[in-house]
Amino acid sequence: MYTQALNIKDMAAAAEDSAFDARFQSRVDAEEKIEPNDWMPDAYRRTLVRQIAQHAHSEIVGMLPEGNWITRAPSLKRKAALLAKVQDEGGHGAYLYAAAETLGVSREDLVEQLLDGKQKYSSIFNYPTLSWADIGIIGWLVDGAAIMNQIPLCRCSYGPYARAMIRICKEESFHQRQGYEIMVTLCRDGTPEQKAMAQDALNRWWWPVLMMFGPSDKDSQHTDKSMRWKIKRFTNDDLRQKFIDATVPQGQYLGLTFPDPAMKHNDRTGHWEHGEIDWSEFKRVVAGDGPCNRQRMKQRRDANENGAWVREAALAFAQKRRARAEAAARIAAE
Amino acid sequence: MTEKNWPLWEVFIRSRTGLAHRHVGSVHAVDAEMALQNARDVYTRRGEGLSLWVVPSSAIVASDPADKDLMFEPTASKIYRHPTFYDVPDEVGHM
Ligand SMILES: [Fe+2]
Ligand SMILES: [Fe+2]
Repeated sequence: MYTQALNIKDMAAAAEDSAFDARFQSRVDAEEKIEPNDWMPDAYRRTLVRQIAQHAHSEIVGMLPEGNWITRAPSLKRKAALLAKVQDEGGHGAYLYAAAETLGVSREDLVEQLLDGKQKYSSIFNYPTLSWADIGIIGWLVDGAAIMNQIPLCRCSYGPYARAMIRICKEESFHQRQGYEIMVTLCRDGTPEQKAMAQDALNRWWWPVLMMFGPSDKDSQHTDKSMRWKIKRFTNDDLRQKFIDATVPQGQYLGLTFPDPAMKHNDRTGHWEHGEIDWSEFKRVVAGDGPCNRQRMKQRRDANENGAWVREAALAFAQKRRARAEAAARIAAE
Repeated sequence: MTEKNWPLWEVFIRSRTGLAHRHVGSVHAVDAEMALQNARDVYTRRGEGLSLWVVPSSAIVASDPADKDLMFEPTASKIYRHPTFYDVPDEVGHM
C-alpha cells in the first residue's frame, strides 16, 4: 500500500542515525501517528509486522472453529448471524494484512511464514468446538477478550494499524452480543441439559480464554518497548484483569460457575482475583501441541494449495482480457 | 511458490451524498472489476458507502515525508492568506 519503495530507500540511509530515533520517539510521545512513509526504527517496523501478521493470521484461523458449526446452527437466525460473523472475521484478516503490507511486506509472504510455522496465531483457536454452546462461548468470551485487547489498539501509534482496529472494533461488538444472546437462551430459557451444555463449554474455555492475553507481565518479553512505542497501552495482566472484572457479573447473570475455585472478589481493590494460570499448557499450545494445532494448519495449507490454481487462472484471465482490449483499441485506432 | 501475486488496489468510499471519497484501505485483485467486488465485500458490509473508487496502488504518487518542510512550511509565514490578517472596523460588523 502507498509507495513502499520510499520505505526501503529511507531505511538503509538512516538506520544508524540516532537523531532520527530521538525525533521518532518524540513524535510518538506527542501522540502523533506514524504513517507508512515516515522514518521509523527498524525494530519498530519488525515488531509491527510480527504483531499485525499474527493478528491477521488469528482472524483467518479463527474462522475455522466457528465455521465448523455453520451447517448445524439450530435456527435460520443463528445460521445467518454466524455466517455474518465468520465473514466479518475474514474481513478483519483482510484489513490487517493490508495494514501489514504498508510496512513493506507482502500478504503472500506473511501467509507463507504462517504455513512454515515461522509466524503464529492466537493459541485460543487450537481448541475444538464440541457443542453448540461453544459458539455462544466464543462470541461472549473469545470476542469479548479480543475487544478488551483491541480497543487500546485503536490508539496505536502506527496509523494504518490504528485505523484498521477502529473498523474492527465497530464490528466486534455484534460478535460478542450474539454470543451472549446464545448463552442467555441456553442458560436462562433453556432446559437443564442445555444449561449443563453451557456450563461444560465454560469449563473448557475459561482458562484458555484467560491465556489469550499472553504471558504474565513478569514473563512477557515485548511489553516494555511496545509500551514506549505506544503500540501497546496496557500490560497483559492489566487487560486480563479488566476482562475478568467485566465478565464475572455476566457469568453470574447466566447462573454459571467459573471453573476457578480460587476466584474471589477483593472488596478492598474492587477486583476479581483469579487462581494460578497453568502456563505450561499455554506454552505447549503455542509450541504447536494443542488439541487442534495440526488440524488448523492442515486446513490452512490445504486452502492455500487448493486455491492456487484459482489465483493463477484469475490472473491469466485478466491478462488475456487486457491484451484483447488493447488489441481491439489498436485496431479501432487504425 | 512461483505464482505471481495479485496487484494491490487502494479503496475509497463516499459514505454519504455530498461527501468526498475517502481512503479506507486496500484489496488485492487481478483487475478493476474484481477490485470493486472485493472492495464491496471487504469494506462495505454494513452500508458504509454509496460509491466506491478503486485505484491501482502503483498509480499513486506520494510526497516524501522527508520533504515535508520544503513542501508545506513556506505557507506558514504567509499569514496574509487568511481573513484574520485584515482589519475590518467594528462599526461595519461581521464580514
Ligand atoms: Fe475479528
Ligand atoms: Fe470477532
